[in-house]
Amino acid sequence: MGLLYGLIAVGLALIFGLMDVTNFAHGEFLMIAMYASFFLFAFFAIDPLLSAPLVAAAMFVFGAVIYLLIVRFAMRAKTNAGMVQIFTTFGLAIVMRGLAQLFFTPDYRSIPQSWLGGKTVSVAGIFLPEPQLVGALVSIAAFAGLYFFIHRTDFGRALEATREDPGAVALVGIDKNRVFAFGWGLGAALVGLAGAIMAVFFYIYPDVGASFALIAYVTVALGGFGSVFGAFAGGIIVGLVEAVTALMLPPSLKSVGIYAVYLLVVFIRPRGLFGSM
Amino acid sequence: MDKNFSARRRRDLIIAAVLAALAALAPLFVKNVYVQNILVLTLMYAALSQSWNILSGYCGQISLGHALYFGIGAYTTELLFTKFGVLPWFGMLAGGGIAAVIAMGLGYPFFRLRGHYFVIATIVIAEIGLLLFQNWEWAGAAMGITIPVRGDSWLKFQFMRSKLPYFYFALALCCIAWFVTWWLEDSKWGFWWRAVKDNPEAAESLGVVVFNSKMGAAAVSAFLVAIGGAFYAQFLAYIDPESVMGFQFSLLMALPAVLGGIGTLWGPVLGAAILIPMTELTRSYIGGSGRGVDLIVYGTLIVLISLALPQGLVSLLSRSKTKGATR
Repeated sequence: MGLLYGLIAVGLALIFGLMDVTNFAHGEFLMIAMYASFFLFAFFAIDPLLSAPLVAAAMFVFGAVIYLLIVRFAMRAKTNAGMVQIFTTFGLAIVMRGLAQLFFTPDYRSIPQSWLGGKTVSVAGIFLPEPQLVGALVSIAAFAGLYFFIHRTDFGRALEATREDPGAVALVGIDKNRVFAFGWGLGAALVGLAGAIMAVFFYIYPDVGASFALIAYVTVALGGFGSVFGAFAGGIIVGLVEAVTALMLPPSLKSVGIYAVYLLVVFIRPRGLFGSM
Repeated sequence: MDKNFSARRRRDLIIAAVLAALAALAPLFVKNVYVQNILVLTLMYAALSQSWNILSGYCGQISLGHALYFGIGAYTTELLFTKFGVLPWFGMLAGGGIAAVIAMGLGYPFFRLRGHYFVIATIVIAEIGLLLFQNWEWAGAAMGITIPVRGDSWLKFQFMRSKLPYFYFALALCCIAWFVTWWLEDSKWGFWWRAVKDNPEAAESLGVVVFNSKMGAAAVSAFLVAIGGAFYAQFLAYIDPESVMGFQFSLLMALPAVLGGIGTLWGPVLGAAILIPMTELTRSYIGGSGRGVDLIVYGTLIVLISLALPQGLVSLLSRSKTKGATR
């Protein structure tokens, strides 16, 4: 489960953590991806596992368009930039939820039969549900890919440089909007992967994103902004803490442990575990 | 410059008095209970947002966890009333006091955090509060508390037949929050806060005790918000954790100030006067069908206003007259 939280958080780690743009609509991105996966299954009988790349590609376009249409302007604000970003993306989240209610109805949906759903696999005597296992593998791959991307490619360097100083970057011929639109697309594509896998074993409804969004923020902040590895570690810690809390406290309190650990970590290390910002 | 400043402050005070007097007369013309309800909520959110603005606007410590103090105010009042028979008036003050103490207790570790880490910490602490109240059997857990009806009385601050007393209380609360802000703006604290917001290191080097001034702002802000929570509980006559401590309250406190103009004297009032009726009207006229159109309209408006006016609506009014007033 920790790696799944990690998978949801990895896209946010890119947008929120590396580009330093607040995205309060991250949970809604996840929701859209889950619906996309659901409809591809319902209408074309494409298994979520196969449709995951499709969903990710669609989400890439979606994320980039959202950036170009809306977020770009929110970043232009000279004063209160933080608040403008928070409330612009929050408004966006409300719109997306409203649209989902309008077009997809508030009913709970699920994908009844898929290649992975309900199956378990035995690893060294421990039975693991297959969807979670695949999610974990995808999550590791996604983190590794992002890490490589940020630290080993020109794009990654351009991204970090753009966050640091958009003005200077323009002087050396990097188009800020192009870099950030690509970053947003990539972040959305990653959450698209998460959505496609989660669609297999979670109910899908317009508000589903909200329950995961806060945990994703906590995961990113716990690991520290600006660190891909931090978000990965954050995801694992969050998953472990949740499992331990669930054993000791009633299930309705399982998130308390996650939140408490976040507070504890930032009180000791105000920039998260591996944060650089 | 100094003369301008005090002249502007005097003018602000006069405008506020006139507006309050006009608002007090409103019930003479507005007999419709539904509209009165919207007025009460508008005044309440104006007061809450004004209180939120003290910490987050003036002092620059963006909190998205003020629902915690709102809930504490509501719960303290109602628990004291239903379990021990303490009159809501005293419960209200007790709630405010507890909220202020908690705000300072939390401030001790929290104010070391910066930026996103601080904002997320405030969200998380309110969420913990919500979960704890949902699981606290003695306080009604997720079922909440129904406030027993004992007939209309000012003593018990309970009115079934008319919304007018609530209206006047909300108006008074709004005036108090405004006046406190007005008074603080020109006090030593007000200047300290703005210095802390703009550049904490520079402020510290000039002898401002940054930490203490943040604590002061947090305590005042939490106290006023808790009073608002107590009022809301009496107004609804029923509370449960989600309906007084949910994340949406943290946002609804912040939104009017942000839309109206964060860190300004008039921003929260102006923002609430536009936002709250808009929220209620979209909800009742196009909502209800359960199809989310109200959410779409509401969200779109928030996006548009935040993008078009990053400094808030106040910037439209004061652009020519009072330059520097919004800082």
